[in-house]
Amino acid sequence: MATMTSGFSSMHSSDFARPDWLTAEHETGTTICAIEFDGGVVIGADSRTTTGAYIANRVTDKLTKVTDYIYCCRSGSAADTQAIADIVNYQLNFYKMEHGEEPLVKMAGHVFKDMCYNYRDSLTAGILVAGWDKREGGQVYNIPLGGMITRSPFSIGGSGSTYLYGYVDSNYRPGMSKEECLKFIANAVSLAINRDGSSGGIVRLATITKDGVERFTLTGDQIPKFYEDS
Amino acid sequence: MSSIGTGYDLSASQFSPDGRVFQVEYAQKAVENSGTAVGIRGKDGVVFGVEKLVTSKLYEVGANKRIFNIDRHIGMAVAGLLADARQIVENAREEASNHRLNYNSPVPLKHLTERVSLLVHAYTLYSFVRPFGVSCILGSYEADGPQMYMIDPSGVSYGYNGCAIGKAKQAAKTEIEKLKMKDMTCAELVKEVAKIIYIVHDEVKDKHFELELSWVGEMTGGRHELVPPNVFAEAEKHAKEALEESDDSDDDEL
Repeated sequence: MATMTSGFSSMHSSDFARPDWLTAEHETGTTICAIEFDGGVVIGADSRTTTGAYIANRVTDKLTKVTDYIYCCRSGSAADTQAIADIVNYQLNFYKMEHGEEPLVKMAGHVFKDMCYNYRDSLTAGILVAGWDKREGGQVYNIPLGGMITRSPFSIGGSGSTYLYGYVDSNYRPGMSKEECLKFIANAVSLAINRDGSSGGIVRLATITKDGVERFTLTGDQIPKFYEDS
Repeated sequence: MSSIGTGYDLSASQFSPDGRVFQVEYAQKAVENSGTAVGIRGKDGVVFGVEKLVTSKLYEVGANKRIFNIDRHIGMAVAGLLADARQIVENAREEASNHRLNYNSPVPLKHLTERVSLLVHAYTLYSFVRPFGVSCILGSYEADGPQMYMIDPSGVSYGYNGCAIGKAKQAAKTEIEKLKMKDMTCAELVKEVAKIIYIVHDEVKDKHFELELSWVGEMTGGRHELVPPNVFAEAEKHAKEALEESDDSDDDEL
């Protein structure tokens, strides 16, 4: 920290010299969701990346491809999660070459978990792994901060998810169709964007089935509206 | 073998002028001195049978087994030098274990076979090692059904529906070819396998042998294990009866 010989407090000057948007880490203070349906998964995310209070990117893509049939939803440090996704992408591509078949979603989850667990002290990464394989169909795996892994019919993550537990628990029904799932995820992300300061921008959605990936974006007035103050 | 080495047979790393690697062929010879091992892939699993020749009455019963567990779902039957085989078994177990560690799922037999073949083949390339005097049959039961592969000392491997290695492999193959194994269950096949081992056993040259039987498939919940004692007893009884019947009919002809 810079020191000054005058009587002025060095605290003040350094705060001006180094505002948090210069020094803080890029974070995907985020809302991410994933849900299984019969035949595939639906995933969704907001698009805000922040550096402290500064919005470094308002159209971020947090739905990141790892194979043709497996995506991950990233939350936490942008750098960490991008690096992990790159490495897992490499490993699963290698697997596909060596074995001559698509890796299973649970394998992808396991590879993500290995990274997140082994480097848990140096990483800030909360990842949802979702995809489709011919063995088990659509699957969602949640890998939170410490490197644990769990499979569940739906999962939410990121800072915005704290506002969502009530919504998802009361509105989730087993056996929803693809369209119902898309609606469910779109609503959830929109609600979180309204309440969470570090979530925002547009809503990105994707479905993964045996036919591959289909992507959607909701912008402006396409974003579902709910109660808002004033 | 038609010719002898004439100086080109001392190293595994040198071809003969007519393009052969004698050390590998000698290794294949070593396999043919060993008791017969057969594997048959049925519709619901794979059955292994081994004719384990007992060279001394001083051995404990069940010593020097020639059927191994590689992973929960994979078994291996070997013919050839047992010490060499154990080294291959160790390598295969390590590969299977690594796959579980890395991908949290059982290794596909196709992939394991490729990896083990790589090792076997590597031992045919260098002057300071000798090839493995071993052929092995690998069998598994996985999501896409039963699988079976054979690796020989040169390091090549193929998938099989029925396979025999060791001393009486020719006789055993002719017996296997009579079966419609694709329509048969392991319960049926285990009897056939026992019978084949008894038929091809040469009681003039090799007096005593122990039968080993194992299977992997639906009936074991996808695990490779030795067949239970009651199934073993029944299969062995069936084999002995079939043998006696054929002996009787042989006598009639005389």
